[in-house]
Parts: sequence; structure tokens; C-alpha cells
Amino acid sequence: MPETLTKFIFGRLTWESLPLHEPIVVGTFIVVALGGLALLGAVTYFKLWGYLWREWFTSVDHKKIGIMYMVLGLVMLLRGFSDAIMMRLQQAIAFNGSEGYLNAHHYDQIFTAHGVIMIFFVAMPFVTGLMNFVVPLQIGARDVSFPFLNNFSFWMTVGGAILVMASLFVGEFARTGWLAYPPLSGINYSPDVGVDYYIWALQVAGVGTTLSGINLICTIIKMRAPGMTMMRMPVFTWTSLCTNVLIVASFPVLTAVLTLLALDRYVGTNFFTNDFGGNPMMYVNLIWIWGHPEVYILILPLFGVFSEVTSTFSGKRLFGYTSMVYATVVITILSYLVWLHHFFTMGSGASVNSFFGITTMIISIPTGAKIFNWLFTMYRGRIRFELPMMWTVAFMLTFVVGGMTGVLLAVPPADFVLHNSLFLIAHFHNVIIGGVLFGLFAGIAYWWPKAFGFKLDPFWGKVSFWCWVLGFWFAFMPLYILGLMGVTRRMRVFDDPSLQIWFVIAGFGAALIACGIAAFLVQIFVSIRKRAELVDVTGDPWGGRTLEWSTSSPPPAYNFAFTPVIRDNDAWWDMKKAGYRRPLSGFRPIHMPSNTGTGVILAALSVALGFGLIWYMWWLAALSFVCLIATAIGHTFNYHRDFDIPAAEVAQTEEARTKLLAAQGASA
Amino acid sequence: MKRSGVLLLFPLAVLLSGCDFVVLAPAGDVAVQQRDLLVISTLLMLLIIVPVMALTVFFAWRYRQSSTKAPYTPDWDHSTKLELVIWAAPLLIIICLGALTWLGTHLLDPYRRIDRIEAGQPVTQGHKPLRVEVVALDWKWLFIYPDYGIASVNELAAPVNQPIDFRITSSTVMNSFYVPALAGQIYAMPGMETKLHAVINRPGTYTGFSANYSGAGFSGMRFAFHGLSDQAFGEWVTQSKSAQATLSRETYLALERPSENEPVRHYASVDPDLYGAILNLCVERGKMCMNEMMSIDAKGGLGLAGVRNTLPLQYDKLARRGAVFGNDPSYVASICTAEEAAAAARAARNDDDSGWPLRDLSPLRGVGLLAPGAGSRRADAGAPSLGLLRFDL
Repeated sequence: MPETLTKFIFGRLTWESLPLHEPIVVGTFIVVALGGLALLGAVTYFKLWGYLWREWFTSVDHKKIGIMYMVLGLVMLLRGFSDAIMMRLQQAIAFNGSEGYLNAHHYDQIFTAHGVIMIFFVAMPFVTGLMNFVVPLQIGARDVSFPFLNNFSFWMTVGGAILVMASLFVGEFARTGWLAYPPLSGINYSPDVGVDYYIWALQVAGVGTTLSGINLICTIIKMRAPGMTMMRMPVFTWTSLCTNVLIVASFPVLTAVLTLLALDRYVGTNFFTNDFGGNPMMYVNLIWIWGHPEVYILILPLFGVFSEVTSTFSGKRLFGYTSMVYATVVITILSYLVWLHHFFTMGSGASVNSFFGITTMIISIPTGAKIFNWLFTMYRGRIRFELPMMWTVAFMLTFVVGGMTGVLLAVPPADFVLHNSLFLIAHFHNVIIGGVLFGLFAGIAYWWPKAFGFKLDPFWGKVSFWCWVLGFWFAFMPLYILGLMGVTRRMRVFDDPSLQIWFVIAGFGAALIACGIAAFLVQIFVSIRKRAELVDVTGDPWGGRTLEWSTSSPPPAYNFAFTPVIRDNDAWWDMKKAGYRRPLSGFRPIHMPSNTGTGVILAALSVALGFGLIWYMWWLAALSFVCLIATAIGHTFNYHRDFDIPAAEVAQTEEARTKLLAAQGASA
Repeated sequence: MKRSGVLLLFPLAVLLSGCDFVVLAPAGDVAVQQRDLLVISTLLMLLIIVPVMALTVFFAWRYRQSSTKAPYTPDWDHSTKLELVIWAAPLLIIICLGALTWLGTHLLDPYRRIDRIEAGQPVTQGHKPLRVEVVALDWKWLFIYPDYGIASVNELAAPVNQPIDFRITSSTVMNSFYVPALAGQIYAMPGMETKLHAVINRPGTYTGFSANYSGAGFSGMRFAFHGLSDQAFGEWVTQSKSAQATLSRETYLALERPSENEPVRHYASVDPDLYGAILNLCVERGKMCMNEMMSIDAKGGLGLAGVRNTLPLQYDKLARRGAVFGNDPSYVASICTAEEAAAAARAARNDDDSGWPLRDLSPLRGVGLLAPGAGSRRADAGAPSLGLLRFDL
């Protein structure tokens, strides 16, 4: 084939782009490929394709989409954690002249991929999945405002994840750190495909995140059950609302800044270059104007989870509901006024630095108030130490330490000596693991019975809990210490042998966390095996207080046969106290959205577009772009977008539940 | 139980005592003050963190389900007094910390001249600061001492108890200049200058490095910082002056090419304009300096002619490629520099063109254009540069 034709078809993709000479990558590829083939084979063998396509992939049911988000988060957690364990191993052995087992080319990709994956493709899907599943149930709605958009958002997030995963085996990922600061990420210093993978993966996933933010805001604002005023919304719904406001207000900034970087790389503009009047400091400012709200996007919903869990398991109303809501709103607003604390060392004047330092500290006041509110919710309660509550107490003890080191880093002169050090790494893992991850595990254990109708196995849950908590302290306390010894982040080799022991301890901690993840997977497996034992037919296994516990587990497709009427912010608790009885007759047809495959198709075309742009296959980019627009327009002509569940079917579903409850009542 | 706890702590104590907590025990006064601020802030916050942690454990234990003696008030969810305390306690701490931050940030602003050598020893007229120009290269550090006309790679030296004025820049990407024993870090950024003022109080050899990831050779971007007595520093300067190498623009261009784990090197003399040229991204001859460009732009720019005042890139330390749809890599050509003007005048006077090579302007994309503001602009209006496609339209 003539060279120009090859070049036209494959752009800059050549045989050399495949990492065939890298044993570690090839090994990983073989394992992933075999695992993938086994999975595909199993799905084919059990003839599940039709079922998966009809019931899950094309589903617009917020509950199923929520569960698919959680699955995505879990799969990507395994990838992100593999990166982490590789880094820990490298840093634990690269001493005394040893280069370790990773060269710079690899190591630099790994720490970049670790950060990108953990934030965008682990934490974000987990958080979005939780909100997707829980929020409509908590506000007494039957689905989100825009069910198709919800499905589309999910698949766009998957599309971004696919691009990141593709970079492992086709070409390479960015070697720039997770925020890809120029000029290092510019075309001059990173001419290969790594940064392009980064840009297009985040752009594709960013579309999904932004749309799902809009969707959930609309849902919460417009679809609450009658009687649920703003100040009667459950706290998790409140924190979700604030998070989605943050998403909608901040993700466009990320999209814009990555577009500018892409323009620099593709058409030779000079926004962030050294020459021709470009200014990389602009990028750093813009990306952190997105980046700081992003950390609150992650943590706020989990603050909501802890509120629900503390109140439920203490058997007590949440202390200071109003101040909890105001604290959340204050954090939402303040999170836009602190971005510069990520680069005090850039040489802004003392007044600018102090302003941003002090606004950062001010955020700790509402956060502190929240901690006290949980504390006084426990006060004079009857605390049941089930898994979600254990995670909550571990969170309260861990998070305050992370909060303290965070405020410390907000003091500019202290930041000058700790910035970019392992102390900083320890700090943000302290808040992200101790806050976001512990919260996710609490949330998963708490709402799992709602999603599947049986509880998670407590034994393996406790194994996972202790491995995670101890693993966290072992993995990150040494990093605090190393930071105080002036050790900086992203180092590949070390020359001071006295540091090694700390990295070995941190590696031990990472191994413990690996056990925690394994135990979590075992827990899911064992729970599914023992689902008959762990079953909950009441739909309210924890003595819940909010609306999601009023319906069956798993909830029917329509969530509620009759839309509930709300009189109190602990709506279900109030209904139970008032002697609520399930209506058993008078059902009416329920209007529901229809499934559609458009979301999958649009996301697949976006992946093709991204891939074409990354590899300079212009025909592919142009073709997929045209198809993308055509499909999107074509979808607007789809008039089969809703249907009615007949009243008889609703009656049948509800009667089945009545029987189940009666059987339970008889045996009890 | 208690004794075994102490025994468990023992190996930890041994581990910790064997470590060099340079951030907590620095050797320079600025870093010492930063350390003090760090410690005071931590103690202030512990005032509230410790009670919260203790209360968490206590409440979790006291109100556990099995302890039926503990009071249970399922509907108690508000207390104005308690709420007041909840918001006021962190607020008070933050007010103290905020005041401390405002003062500390201004006093320890790295751009501010230091006013004391050590506690109780103010800077006087007698203290002449040592000026050091720092350049972060891919992947090594260049230190220029303009007062002595010498330079070194990956080795920095300064006399104890003498203020040091750092001027910091970078040749390619962002780095961060950090000597933990001396003072906090500050970014080194290309085309920009940051400043740091510090002093070292105890003689010794300390480690310095880049604290901002800058690419493949980042881990090896380390240097030794020697705090020396006045006499030893004098010897160090003399030794440097006797080095073989000198640092001109040409040797700098060779030095700045990416390389890893560079050994220490000394230069007996340095082109006095070199640092300014590095800072303004115009070490290559014929390239317009950033400050020149900015001053032209401030006066209204070169008009359309300026768009074509670019030369194809000839020197390229990275073998870089341009953007796929962009122009070929190029740079803005300098308008006649003062040196060139002088050389041209000399050449006209003496028929001697050995002093400064006059540039060959033929590759210039805008050759033959009218000078800006000189009559008609029709000449360059004919073929506008789109810059988007690599075709010469």
C-alpha cells in the first residue's frame, strides 16, 4: 500500500504505537483480553446479549442507570488502584542506585493515569450513580426529568473511560500529571498522543457529567412530591442539588480550557505557549477554577450520605437540619473563591495569597459545623453499629485529620514548604479516601438492600472495612512524615536511603487496601450467593426515615404506585408514626418513558470521533462527527418515547408485594 | 496494656529519630519562620480537632445500642445554644488563624527583602545581598552569579548570614525551585521571573530540587546547596573562576538541550546579557525578545507587517513539531537590535564586518514589505496569512 494511503487511513497510528516491546503492558493486555473474552463468551453462551441490551444498556430507568454507574466506577477503581500499587512498588524499591522496575516513560504515565482515572472515572461515576439511584426515590419521583439524557450521560462517561483504557494498549497516555499543565502538555513538549487521549477522554466524559448535572437539578427542583418544600428535602437530596449546581457551573470551564489546549495542539494557536504571547498561568487558573469546585462536587453528596446514615442508625432526627442545609450552601458558594490556593507558589502578591488562604480557612467553619451536627445526632441516640455506621465513625475520625492538614496548607507560608510534597499527597488522599470513599462504602452498604432486595454480608464487609481503614493509615501517615522531610511528589528514584523504610510501610498500607478491595468484591459475591438468607422483603431494613424506604426493594419500575404526600423532612418516619397503610386498590395507569438505544450509539460515535482526532485519522473524525449530528437529529423524530403501564399490571405488582409482606408477617 | 502500648511505640520512635525532618528543623531563617507558623497553626487547630475526635469516640461508645442506661431522645434535633457554640468555636479559631495568616503571608512574602538575618539580628546597611540568577533547564539547574561573573550547574553556594536575592526563571516548562533547609519554594516559569529572598544561617551542605514535575528527567533534577563561611565562599568563587569552561550564548544553547542527571559544572565567566536573554526567550540570535515584543505591542504593534515578521525555526532543542493544522514552527524575528545597529554602523565606517555578523534576512516571510507606517500598506494586503493551513496561500 502506498505510504500516503496508509497515512490517510491510519493517521499517525503505526505498528510502533502498539506497546509490543513492553512486557508489563503486553502481560496486562493478555490478562485483560482473556478476561474480556471470557466475559463476552459467557454473555453469549448464556444468551444474555438481548437481555442486557433491552433491560440495561438502553434503559432509561434511573435506578438501572445508577447501578451501571456504580459498576463502571468499580471496574475503573480496579484499574486506578493497579496504577497506585505499581507506583507504591516502584517508590519502595527505587533506592541505592536502583532504577526500580519502571522507566520514566512508564512511571509518568502511571501517576497521570492514576489521578485522572480516580477522579473522573471512579469517584465521579460512583457519586453520580449514587445520586441517580437515590435522589428520585428520596423525592418521591418516578424517574429523572430527562430520562433519555440520563442514559446518554452515562454512556458518554463510559465513552471517556473507554478512551482512557484504550491508551493503555494503543499508543500511550499523557505524561504530564493529572491536570496536564502547559507548556509541558503543549505540542512542543508532548508531541505524542498521550495528551490528546487525555483531552478527548475528558471532553467526551465531560459532556455526560454536565448533562447529568442539568438533569438532576431539574429533577430536584421540579419533581418533588407534593408537600416536599425545599426545607423538607432529605439532606442527601440537598447536597446532591448543591453538587449538581457546582457541576453545571464548573464543568463548562473545564471544557473551555481543554478546548483552548486542544486548539494550541491542533491548529497552532498560542493560548498557553511560551512564545507568541501565550501564558501558561492562564491555564493553571482556569483549570483550578474547575478543579476546586470539583473536590466539593465529590465530597458534598457523601456529606449527605453521612447525614442519612447517622440519623438512621442513631434512630434519631438529624441534629440541626437547617444549619446543615445552610452549611452546604455556604460551602457551595465558597468553593468558587478559593482556587488560587492550589498555586500560592506562583508568585502572586502577599495580599492575593492571604485572601485565598483565608477564604479557604473559612470553608472549614461550615464543614466543622457539619461534623458537630453529626456528633450531636449521635448524642442521646441508640447507635446501631451496622456497616454504614462503622464507615461513618471511621470517616469522622479520619476526615478531621485531613481537614486539619488542609487548613494548614491554606496558610501560604506553610504551603511554600509543603506544596507539591508528599504531605500534600497525604492530605488529599486523607480527605478523598477518608471522606469520599468511606462515604461511598457507607452509601453502598446502606442502599444495597434497596437496590437488590437483600443486605450485604456483614462479615466480609467488616473485613473490607478494617483493611481499608488500617490500610489507609498505613499508606498515608508515612507520606505525611516524608512530606515533613521535604520529599516531593511524582519522584521516580531516590538517593537518600533513610527514606526507604517509609515507602515500604506505605507499600504495606497499599497492600492492605488491596485486601480491602478484594474483601469488598468477595462481599458482593458472597452476598449474592447468600441472598436468600440476607433477603429483606419489607423494603425498610434499617428503620429508615426517608421516602426511598417506603417502597419495595428493589423498587418497581414506577417507584411509587401513588405519589406520596409529604408533611415532614423525615417523610417516611413521619408516615410510619402516623400509621401509614399501603393503598391496596384504586391503581391507575402510570405514564413512563420508553427505552432507547440512541444514547449508546451517540456515545460510540463520540468515541470514534475522539479516536480519529487523537490519531489524526481525519476521515474517521469527519465521518463520525457527521453521523453523530445525524443521529442526534434523527432521534428528535423518534415519537415512541413513552408508554403507560396499565393499571392491571400495577395492581398485579402491588399485590405480589402484599402477598410477600403477608408471608413475612406470618412467619415472623 | 499500657506498657505494651509504649513498647509498640518504641520502634516508631526509633524510626522517627533517625529521620531528617528538614522542614521542621531548617537551617535558614525564612524557613525557620515558616516552620514556626506551621507549628503554631497546627496547635491552634488541635484545640478543636482533639475534642472533636474524643467526643466522636465517646459518643459512639456511650450511646451504642446495647447501653440501655444512656438517655435516648429520638425527636431532639435542635438547640439554639448548641448551634451557636458549633458555629462560634470554629469561627474563633479561624479568626485567630486568619490574622496569623495575613501577617505571616505579608512578612514572609518571598518577593519582600528579608529584614533580619536571625531572630534579634536585623539586616543592616553592611549586609550586601548576594544576587543569584536561577534557570531551570531540562533537567538541571543553572545558577548565575552576576556579582562575580561566574556560573555553575547543579551546585549552589552562598555565604552564611548574608541575604540572598534569587531571580528565578525556566527555559522550557514549569519547575519549582526548592531548598527546604533554606526557604519555601517558588515556581520557575519560562518567559517569567519569580523572586525569592532568603538567608542561610548554618554552614553545611543541603539538598535542593525541583518540586514541580517537569518531564522524564524530573527525579534527577537535584542540586547541592552549600552554606559556606565567608572565607570558604571566597575560595569557592576563586575555584569557579579557574574553571576551563565559559558560558556564552552558544555554550548555553548546547547546555539547555534536554539531559538527565547532569554532573556539577562550573563556568569561569558568563555572558552578562545571558540571563536577560533566557528570561526573554531570545538566546538564539535573531529572535525577538519578549520585552522588546511587549514594548512594541504597547506602542501599537507592527500592524499587518508584524504578522509576517517571522522566521522558520532553525535552532530547535527538542526537535519539536508544530501543530498539525498550524504553521510550521517559527519565531518572531527581532527588529534590528542595538548591537546590530552598532555593528552595521561599524561595518559601514570601517568596511569591517567581523564584529557582528549581519543577519541574512532572506528567509524572513515578510521580506520586501514596507516598513510599518511608511505610506501604502497595499503590498502586504495582497496575500494574507491564514495561518491555519500549511499551504502558502
